[in-house]
Amino acid sequence: MHPAIQGLITIVIGVGGCIGYFYFSNQFLDKVLFPARGPNAGRNINRANMIRPWLFLFPAIVALGLYLAYPVVETLRLSVTERIPGGGSEFVGFANYAQMFSEPKFWEAMRNNMLWLIIVPAFSTAFGLLAAQLTDRISWGNVAKSIIFMPMAISFVGAAVIWKLVYDTRPEGQDQIGILNAFWVAMGGDPQTWLTIPYLNSILLMIVLIWIQTGFAMVILSAALRGIPEETIEAAIVDGANPFQIFFKIKVPQIMGTIVVVWTTITLVVLKVFDIVFAMTNGQWQTQVLANYMYDKLFRANDWGVGSASAIVIMLLVTPILVWNVHNARKEMR
Amino acid sequence: MADVKLTDVGKTYGGTVEVLKGINLDIGKGELVVFVGPSGCGKSTLLRMIAGLEKITAGTLEIDGQVVNDVPPSERGIAMVFQSYALYPHMTVFDNMAFALRLAKKSEDEVKEAVHAAAEKLQLTNFLDRLPKALSGGQRQRVAIGRSIVRDPKVYLFDEPLSNLDAALRVATRLQIAQLKEQMPESTMVYVTHDQVEAMTLATRIVVLAGGGVAQVGPPLDLYERPENEFVAQFIGSPKMNILPGKIVGTGEHTTIEMDGGGRAVSSVPSTDALMGASVNVGVRPEDFVAAGEGDYIYEGKVGITEALGEVTLLYFDAPAGEDPTIGKLAGIHQGLRGQVTRLTADPAKVHVFKDGVSLLYPDGKNVMVEPH
Ligand SMILES: Nc1ncnc2c1ncn2[C@@H]1O[C@H](COP(=O)(O)OP(=O)(O)O)[C@@H](O)[C@H]1O
Ligand SMILES: [Mg+2]
Repeated sequence: MHPAIQGLITIVIGVGGCIGYFYFSNQFLDKVLFPARGPNAGRNINRANMIRPWLFLFPAIVALGLYLAYPVVETLRLSVTERIPGGGSEFVGFANYAQMFSEPKFWEAMRNNMLWLIIVPAFSTAFGLLAAQLTDRISWGNVAKSIIFMPMAISFVGAAVIWKLVYDTRPEGQDQIGILNAFWVAMGGDPQTWLTIPYLNSILLMIVLIWIQTGFAMVILSAALRGIPEETIEAAIVDGANPFQIFFKIKVPQIMGTIVVVWTTITLVVLKVFDIVFAMTNGQWQTQVLANYMYDKLFRANDWGVGSASAIVIMLLVTPILVWNVHNARKEMR
Repeated sequence: MADVKLTDVGKTYGGTVEVLKGINLDIGKGELVVFVGPSGCGKSTLLRMIAGLEKITAGTLEIDGQVVNDVPPSERGIAMVFQSYALYPHMTVFDNMAFALRLAKKSEDEVKEAVHAAAEKLQLTNFLDRLPKALSGGQRQRVAIGRSIVRDPKVYLFDEPLSNLDAALRVATRLQIAQLKEQMPESTMVYVTHDQVEAMTLATRIVVLAGGGVAQVGPPLDLYERPENEFVAQFIGSPKMNILPGKIVGTGEHTTIEMDGGGRAVSSVPSTDALMGASVNVGVRPEDFVAAGEGDYIYEGKVGITEALGEVTLLYFDAPAGEDPTIGKLAGIHQGLRGQVTRLTADPAKVHVFKDGVSLLYPDGKNVMVEPH
């Protein structure tokens, strides 16, 4: 069968299945289980209404349980077990963690993740705020915004491929097709293999994510800036504030809550960063990060113990930020 | 010396939409001038042009003898109180009031002194550490006023400062502003409102704006007693003045008008012989109507609805659909008038005559004094 037709059938079955589920389960509830007639009509309606929310939640709960809760528990279990040659596994306590903590590559990944954690959210938010403010009052502001937002529509792998071309290196003598090297050579330098220069290469990878996330930050912060009452800005003008003071003392404090939400949201993306590193350097030349380290252990070294242990570490790092993020987002919405 | 002087000031948005034109005003030092007019007539725009928040597209604005068309707001010596209070939500009351002073690099001692003095005046001392969201509407409004006081401006600008308050608080805050003005006799205030009661009670002079220009300028009672045109006559006073058509049949020191509705009105406004036979409108305020006895009457009609308020009784006469009813406001209690054909008349001194919308009190724009009776 043609794959497109297969896809279509899948969609029809999927959507139809959802609609069918909600329709028939409600019919069953209202007509068979607790019919709204007979001597107990009132009681039955109340009971049906108590059960109905669970009916609606049921598919989501099952899916989340299967794809989120179960993997967490299973990962936790795997992280304290070891594969036995010839089949089966055994409990080894924290041995996997101990092994991981003694590996320099793990600490390199930790250190790099911390650098990503500081640099990417800071620059994405700062550039996003700058772009939001600068595009606010100009006639072609919306065009500029669309262009800045566009990278959001590209997958991380796609972005990595694009930027790999930017950083590309050709042997000396050949034309440099990478823009960075083209500039570098035009300025009188020798062509560099950028992605192999430690520390600088990590920064170059971060730039890719900043490039993507700036658009996200800009859109959210732009909406927040528009929400600032115009009269508070006019009051500040009358009070004698210059544009910088208006920006930093009146506007930024009023959208601080949104800035925090944007910052922490990007932080979560950063902690899980994988695709970019995987596609561009695969963790070589001291660019390793936790998610890629986990992938290495789990699927290349086939060491499920250490791989799961690193996954648990990532989860432990993400959870408090996630909680804080949700807390702040709720506060903003009030 | 005029503190604020507008010469031929106009405002055009986007080169085509003319909102204001040819505004001439002299606002003296220590005056409290109120701009009043229907919604959308450009009151806020004019105030914002004085503040410097809106560009002046025609004419000149002088403050203290200096042309300030191109001077930024903070250097004009003005302070503004906004309709929505415009408090900085992330700053405490103290910081809100201190903001301008700190920007002006005043020492922290000076700031403290100025803020506490203003807070004292406005009974805000206990709230200095609070954020605006922890204040009531009236308190917020006082903080907004306090924020302008600390700057000690030459001119205070208020844009509908009371319109976000409930009725009771509005009266209280209105009194507070009146007291504040008394404490600061030197400072000039320009106050925008669409509420004519606010205008009447606060103003030393009222500027009625309409149709992009000034309809009349004068002390409140002048506007009430001697309106220049039908617009001002109907805008000032509530319920508004009745306008009834007629024809001049007697000129001279008194003017006699035969009403289209059948009655006859005598006004102590003089008229020239040239006006004989002219179609005019007679204006009588509801509160100036009295029940006509057997003699002459100005208006005759069937009473539709009555509202007895105790001290007065309002009579709404039946009117053709789409037309404003004629209203009479008679002192005391009058019962059983509903559905009755009733005749009303008025003291000639209280009868206004408008030809082409302009009062005969002002032939050629000159104000004719009428002898009081
Ligand atoms: N930026 C603008 N562009 C075009 N017209 C405007 C603009 N701002 C205000 N106006 C118009 O100017 C007129 C006066 O507005 P405003 O001064 O706010 O009236 P108000 O007397 O109610 O305070 C209104 O008709 C309004 O539509
Ligand atoms: Mg207004």
